[in-house]
Amino acid sequence: MAKDIVISAGDLSKIYRRGAEEVRAVDGVSFEAAAGEMVAIIGPSGSGKTTLLNLIGCLDNPSSGSLSVGGRAIFGGQKALSERELTLIRREMFGYVFQKFYLIPTLTVEENIMLPGAFYRAPGAKDAHEVMKLLGIAQRRGHLPGELSGGEMQRVAIARALINGPKVLLADEPTGSLDSKRTEEIKGILRGLARQGITVVMVTHNLDLARSADRLLEIRDGKVHGA
Amino acid sequence: MNVYSIAYKNLLRKKTRTALAAGGIMLSAWVLATLLGFNKGYQQGLNRDIDNMGFQVLLTAKGCPYEAATLMLKGGTGLRYMPEAVVKTVYTNPEVEKVTPMLMHGVFDPDKGENGAIAAYLGVDAVSYPPMKAYLEFKQGGWFKDNNALEAVLGYEAAELETREVGDKLLIPGVEKEITVVGVLKRSGTQDDGTIFLPITAVQALFNKKGLITGLGIKVKKDADINAFENKLYDLPDVQVVSMAQVKTTIMNLVNSARVIVMGIAGIALIIAMAGVINTILMSVMERYAEIGIIKSMGAMPLDVFKMIWMETALLCGFGGAAGIGLAFVTARLAEAGVRYFLPYAPNGALIALDFGISGAAFLLITAGGLLSGIYPAWRAARVRPLEAIRIEGEQ
Repeated sequence: MAKDIVISAGDLSKIYRRGAEEVRAVDGVSFEAAAGEMVAIIGPSGSGKTTLLNLIGCLDNPSSGSLSVGGRAIFGGQKALSERELTLIRREMFGYVFQKFYLIPTLTVEENIMLPGAFYRAPGAKDAHEVMKLLGIAQRRGHLPGELSGGEMQRVAIARALINGPKVLLADEPTGSLDSKRTEEIKGILRGLARQGITVVMVTHNLDLARSADRLLEIRDGKVHGA
Repeated sequence: MNVYSIAYKNLLRKKTRTALAAGGIMLSAWVLATLLGFNKGYQQGLNRDIDNMGFQVLLTAKGCPYEAATLMLKGGTGLRYMPEAVVKTVYTNPEVEKVTPMLMHGVFDPDKGENGAIAAYLGVDAVSYPPMKAYLEFKQGGWFKDNNALEAVLGYEAAELETREVGDKLLIPGVEKEITVVGVLKRSGTQDDGTIFLPITAVQALFNKKGLITGLGIKVKKDADINAFENKLYDLPDVQVVSMAQVKTTIMNLVNSARVIVMGIAGIALIIAMAGVINTILMSVMERYAEIGIIKSMGAMPLDVFKMIWMETALLCGFGGAAGIGLAFVTARLAEAGVRYFLPYAPNGALIALDFGISGAAFLLITAGGLLSGIYPAWRAARVRPLEAIRIEGEQ
């Protein structure tokens, strides 16, 4: 039985203007990702990987093309969604993980994980303790980010992205600042999340991590060259 | 975990900067509360001093009204004189309950201080003056036995300054006469504390002012129309009528002029504190640009971010304002000593009257000013676009 399609992008493009020059950061990308699928986007620096991830995550507006998330047309529909509507979709559908973690240094691990809940508590929101246990950081709940290792910080960032029970986890270079041992840990965690039905879309330079994905999207000059 | 606790913890991130900004607000609140307290205290002190004079109207020889006011409040010298007969004329008015004549005289005392100073003596009527000043209590002795006696009653501070007790002699410079101290008053918190009282006839004789007085204190009957009575007094030749209400108004007009300047300074202090708040919070927003972007990517609405940043301002102003008002209470007596140093003729009693109303008004003003100054940084933060914030951070 075919899995549910969570993300569907059709001929998605993002064009920037740099003076008279036109830069096609993403050029006619089409792809689909199903629930529980792990997709890795790879490619050289400046190829448009992060721009594509931002378009999928509704953080940026495409110049053309269509995008639907969870069956709902986000871009390319009859009517463009307002910033407020995009925010509502972001908080219901996505969890974001960034290379630099962006943890709030004055909040403890537990408080950082609960931060999204201070603004919005989703119906499917998870218990912070459960998420911490899942990611193996329960014993660090009272610590500040400054007292954690890089791997632990990334796990806290993943926990924070998961707290509101997202359908899609978007990760931009999730292991970019980690050593190989920590990279393995994060790989295992992302794989485990995909097994639980969360669609994981990640941008990475790490080929080992990319190979652990169900599907690879190779991007060069904004175009998909291999899928 | 809510927006308020996040705001509080954000303030703790840069403790020194937060402390400096809160310190600026604290100083503004201190200045504001102290000035508001001074304004009230000065007015209360002035009212108290004038009410304690015991009479509502003062008749003096025609001259400068400010000089008359000075006579009433401080006992000025170089005054004009009225014939003593005016006492009888005034007393015949049905509105009058009591009158008391006074003769102020000052002489240069070369032994006073380092370079000499004026010694002032207030001649008062031994019969009519004490009942008018019923609130005066004696530390030692009592009033002089009659109006011819070469006796003196010293106010509390005058006795300390002259280092005299009951039974001691007091030499009057110029006339080289000795008078005996028969009474020392308790501290009254009024101008009487610094006064040397002598019997009026004795002063007239000592200083060659027979049949003359400098002022006539008039106590009006309770149900009498003071304004109508004052108008009647204006008909008397070569006299000037000064009512307590006029004195209060005249002095308060002068005080109000000074108050405008002082409040202007307080306003400037408030504006500086507000600029400090804007700078601190804006700097904090700029430093957390990416973080705010991440919070918005998590689903925070612009209003959530606005609330979070505005709450930081409110907490900063709340803490700073409360500390400043606390400081104003603690340093009120010290500030009062400073005011008295620069304004030696300020009214007696507490000059800085801080109370719940004044503290509340100062706190509200500071908090309102702070919240107003927090609008711009909060608005800037609310407008942060997640992607832009993350991209800028990525480029750094």
